[in-house]
Amino acid sequence: MRLALILSVFALLFCGPVVAADGKKLRMAYDADPISLDPHEQLSSATLQLSHLVFDPLVRFRQDLTLEPRLAKTWEQIDERTTRFHLRDDVKFHSGRKMTADDVVWTFERLKRSPDFKALFEPFEGAKAIDDETVDLITKGPYPLVLNLATYIFPMDREFYSGVDERGREKDAVVKHGSSFASENMGGTGPFVVTSREQGIRLKFKRFDGYWDKSSPGNVDEIVLTPIKKPATRVAALLAGDVDFIGPVPPADLKRIRSADCCTVVTIPSTRILTFELNQDRVAAFKDPRVRQAMSYAINREGIAKKIMRGQATAADQLSPVGFAGHDPALTPRHDVAKAKALMNEAGYADGFSVTMIAPNNRYVGDARIAEAIAAMLAKIKIKVDLQTMPKAQYWQRFDERAADIMMIGWQSDTLDSANFYEFLTMTPDKKTGYGQYNAGNYSNPEVDRLTLQTQTMTDAEARAAVLRKIERILYDDAALLPIQWQHLAWAARNNVIIEPVVNVIDMPYLGDLVIE
Amino acid sequence: MKAFASAFAFAATRLFQALLVMVAILVIAFAVRASLGDPLREIMGQSVPEEERAELRHELGLDAPWPVQLARYLGDAATGDLGTSIIYKRPTVQVVLAKFPASFELVLGASLIVLLLSVPGGVYCAVRPNSLGAKLILGVSVLGISVPVFLTGIFLITVFSVWLGWLPAFGRGETIDLGPWPTGLFALDGLKHLLLPAITLSSIMLPLFIRLVRGAMLDELAHDYVRTARAKGVRPLRVWLVHALRNALLPLVAVGGLQIGTLIAYTLLTETVFQWPGMGFLFLEAVTRSDIPLITTYLVLVGLFFVITNTIVDLVSLALDPRVSLEGAR
Repeated sequence: MRLALILSVFALLFCGPVVAADGKKLRMAYDADPISLDPHEQLSSATLQLSHLVFDPLVRFRQDLTLEPRLAKTWEQIDERTTRFHLRDDVKFHSGRKMTADDVVWTFERLKRSPDFKALFEPFEGAKAIDDETVDLITKGPYPLVLNLATYIFPMDREFYSGVDERGREKDAVVKHGSSFASENMGGTGPFVVTSREQGIRLKFKRFDGYWDKSSPGNVDEIVLTPIKKPATRVAALLAGDVDFIGPVPPADLKRIRSADCCTVVTIPSTRILTFELNQDRVAAFKDPRVRQAMSYAINREGIAKKIMRGQATAADQLSPVGFAGHDPALTPRHDVAKAKALMNEAGYADGFSVTMIAPNNRYVGDARIAEAIAAMLAKIKIKVDLQTMPKAQYWQRFDERAADIMMIGWQSDTLDSANFYEFLTMTPDKKTGYGQYNAGNYSNPEVDRLTLQTQTMTDAEARAAVLRKIERILYDDAALLPIQWQHLAWAARNNVIIEPVVNVIDMPYLGDLVIE
Repeated sequence: MKAFASAFAFAATRLFQALLVMVAILVIAFAVRASLGDPLREIMGQSVPEEERAELRHELGLDAPWPVQLARYLGDAATGDLGTSIIYKRPTVQVVLAKFPASFELVLGASLIVLLLSVPGGVYCAVRPNSLGAKLILGVSVLGISVPVFLTGIFLITVFSVWLGWLPAFGRGETIDLGPWPTGLFALDGLKHLLLPAITLSSIMLPLFIRLVRGAMLDELAHDYVRTARAKGVRPLRVWLVHALRNALLPLVAVGGLQIGTLIAYTLLTETVFQWPGMGFLFLEAVTRSDIPLITTYLVLVGLFFVITNTIVDLVSLALDPRVSLEGAR
């Protein structure tokens, strides 16, 4: 009673009007904020999300994964190793200096020095400025993904990042551990400038007055980005009107937000494949394709997408999502328990066997529950699964040790191209070349290896897509691994914040173009 | 002179204890290091080649056996360097101490609520043990102790932020800098942000304290001096509050002081629910992201903090009760 009385007194004291969005200021909450302001320090979504605010890429992906010119107006293939980019001539850095081809070359060279990015740019020999508005990217051989990688080139202000700072540090250094000039300062061409940063609390941006893209409909003058780690709190903050835009939204809360009058939800299938790898080194039975196929038939992927993910995932039985060159619409998810049992019988495992499985419990949406469901489904064909789930911090160590018979992994292709999946997940592991780095199943098929390498130099897009689809078909028939789903991305915003046109499958909302009504 | 000597001995013993505690924490922290996860996973992209990772791991000294890492750490610590945080990229001590004001104000707010509610509540339950109010208070307090902090927090946010829109759902709001101490206590916005987290945190301690006060008061009320005072015609309120309560406070300070530790443990959960930028949230973040240097420094500093609060509790007991001596407190 006393408590109630005191509460109501407090309530009276603090009762005040809710502050409404003023139309031009965006208050957004993500699950984390970037740990560094250096665009080349870490190859992660957080870094790239930030890069799209403060920098501009040469080209960028539209929602349908086609390419849109940004700082590069046009491009052309000069010879089989050279792509020429014609830059805009009206682009200014935040310092007021005009951006030229030299800045692009400087940025490219820094990318090649970054421990995280240099592997991605391995196929390139270098960049060359032809004149102020023309730059050539030269590859070591014919290379089909030059434009995909151009989405990673966000020209940095080379004068801003040159010399030493007041603490005597080289301003252009890429430092992975500890602070550096670039991890605390930004000089780009993008729609926003960082005005203040309290790491872990808030990051504030202001619109750049001299931004080149005058045709952008974007009308946001100020952004306040707050990390809110707990999904339930993030959702509550949106519903309470404390923030205008949140991401990611957990599947369990989508209904609640949709039914609220204040807010809208936008979901898009992502390009990340969630899959299980079957370790053939540890389990002899996994060497038999019939056993792997049986396991694939035993899994009800649609059921998982519907029940566990509440529709927030697309069931998958191949690695490449829609929009990727290797995607084959004919490869629909299989599910037939009777057939699975017959295959087990045929392979001589009618009585089944026991295996171990590990999965993370805080890395992917629904990860632990999906693993539990798979274990239960495999039990139907008498494969007894001893499942252990653990936090991601512990998980990757166990994964690197190949510590279980079945292991879960989610994979996003950095190049937005199918070959990346095959190179990392299905090519024969080779320490020297680095191929098959995440092929924890030790699946090895010379044909897959050969075809994947072949696609690396094919520049005829159509012929290349045919080969990629062929690989996808081999992996499907072989049941090389057990793909489960492409998880959906979900954002939510107050009704006056029109996020639909600016979000995309790569989870890098182009907030420069965001309109608040 | 004797008093001075025993005070000195007390201080020396406590200092020694503190060192012992911190060495023990360090040995444990380094022994379990390998199972805390790989911090490089947090700071490098997934597709980065293994050799790049190995190189950085070597650079950070994370590939050495833990006794070697401990020895290096102690060597650096001697020069005042307790490591650099992986996610914050700044010296760990700086990072942890920067979060201290937020946690301190949260604990302060929660303690005030506990104190203001538990003393009157406990006394009331003791002097009117059979009244409806007493039963209600005890009943509700059982509820408070059995509901997880996370649920309490979400429930309060749902009611006061989402439904009523009176209070903000997360964070600390705008702060005012008092020297190096950013405070939220002197602005309405800051106080609004503090209220829900403080109530949530206090919900853990409140039931315990109401029971403590009630128990201690019941003990005191049964004593002869209470009956004597009443027989002499002293008004009941005065007997309860001046005579009995004062004596009842002694066990409260002793037990209550030790509970500050528990309160710190619960800041982990409360701060995470409310995105409160304090040390508890920092620690959980460090654990999920395997920021090993930050975890180590947090543990060492919290160990130190425990020794200090226990010392203060002993000193307060000393001031309140002449029967307690420094000799005994050692």
